[in-house]
Amino acid sequence: MSDKTEHTTHSQLFYIAIGVGLLIGTITTVGAAFVNLGPFNPIIALLIASIKAVVVVLFFMHVKGSSEKLTGAVVVSGVFFFAILVSLSLADYLTRSWQ
Amino acid sequence: MHDNEAATVKHEAHNPALLHHFSDTQQQKNAASLGMWLFLVTEIMFFGGMFCAYLIYRLKYFNAFAAGSQQLSITLGAANTAVLIISSVTVVLAVKAAEAGKRKLLVSYLVVTVLLGMTFLTIKGFEYREKFERHHVPGPTFQFTEPFNDNGTIIPLQPDEVPHAQLFFALYFVMTGMHALHMVIGCGLFSVLIVLAWRGHYSPGYYTPIENAGLYWHLVDIIWIYLFPLLYLISRHS
Repeated sequence: MSDKTEHTTHSQLFYIAIGVGLLIGTITTVGAAFVNLGPFNPIIALLIASIKAVVVVLFFMHVKGSSEKLTGAVVVSGVFFFAILVSLSLADYLTRSWQ
Repeated sequence: MHDNEAATVKHEAHNPALLHHFSDTQQQKNAASLGMWLFLVTEIMFFGGMFCAYLIYRLKYFNAFAAGSQQLSITLGAANTAVLIISSVTVVLAVKAAEAGKRKLLVSYLVVTVLLGMTFLTIKGFEYREKFERHHVPGPTFQFTEPFNDNGTIIPLQPDEVPHAQLFFALYFVMTGMHALHMVIGCGLFSVLIVLAWRGHYSPGYYTPIENAGLYWHLVDIIWIYLFPLLYLISRHS
């Protein structure tokens, strides 16, 4: 019986650097919103938000380097079922051309 | 009698926080973390329904959503995003302090986290007050006669589009309201953990509640990371 727990956490400086990166991401989001990119404005905004979310999940929520490999499957399944919700709903609402 | 003694010895040999149906603390930690993640997936589906409703109506009534979005303060929204990101950093540093067994550092980080959470809620409260004052709250008193954006220019909106602007504000209040409720719950959770951590309930071998409350807090942070551009930054360019 081993009583050892692995150390998944990183150094204090690493976490602060990630935090600064996320703040820069926020500034970039606001900046990009004021530039006319046509249909790409919401896409860029969601892309930056998703990059930030992935960084939080991997490093703050310690999914990267976790000894429990099932956690990754649970995260992916959450995103997958949300994608089903959105895609099937839009497949309905965006094709009601008779209305 | 003999068996009892053997059992006592065995019981003292391992970490007192380790439950008997787990083979070691790592397995116990993994199980708790996996369970927390399953709960977080139900939270994703809960907010997912609202995000989906938002997406459908935004595609359908884009003009009204853009006009509604431009009534929100980017400064306050961005400030709140920054507050939440910083609070996520303090949470992860709290988990690190718990892992290292630094009790006072753990308590300090948790206190800073709760204070940042309350800062977020205070800023949100000022935003809500402004919305009430300008009659942007959906209901019989809703008014959207002379909407203006940051530049003071009036956005042309047809009279029949006004109810759609009301729909934007309904989604704004429901989504940010549910998010704020999660923040209140998070602050309450951490307040309890502060007391328990101060009393020395957690050790490097057992700090699962700190870790799981941290996972919850990060998820609430991620939801805001999406809410901010979706609600505040619709069609802001000229």
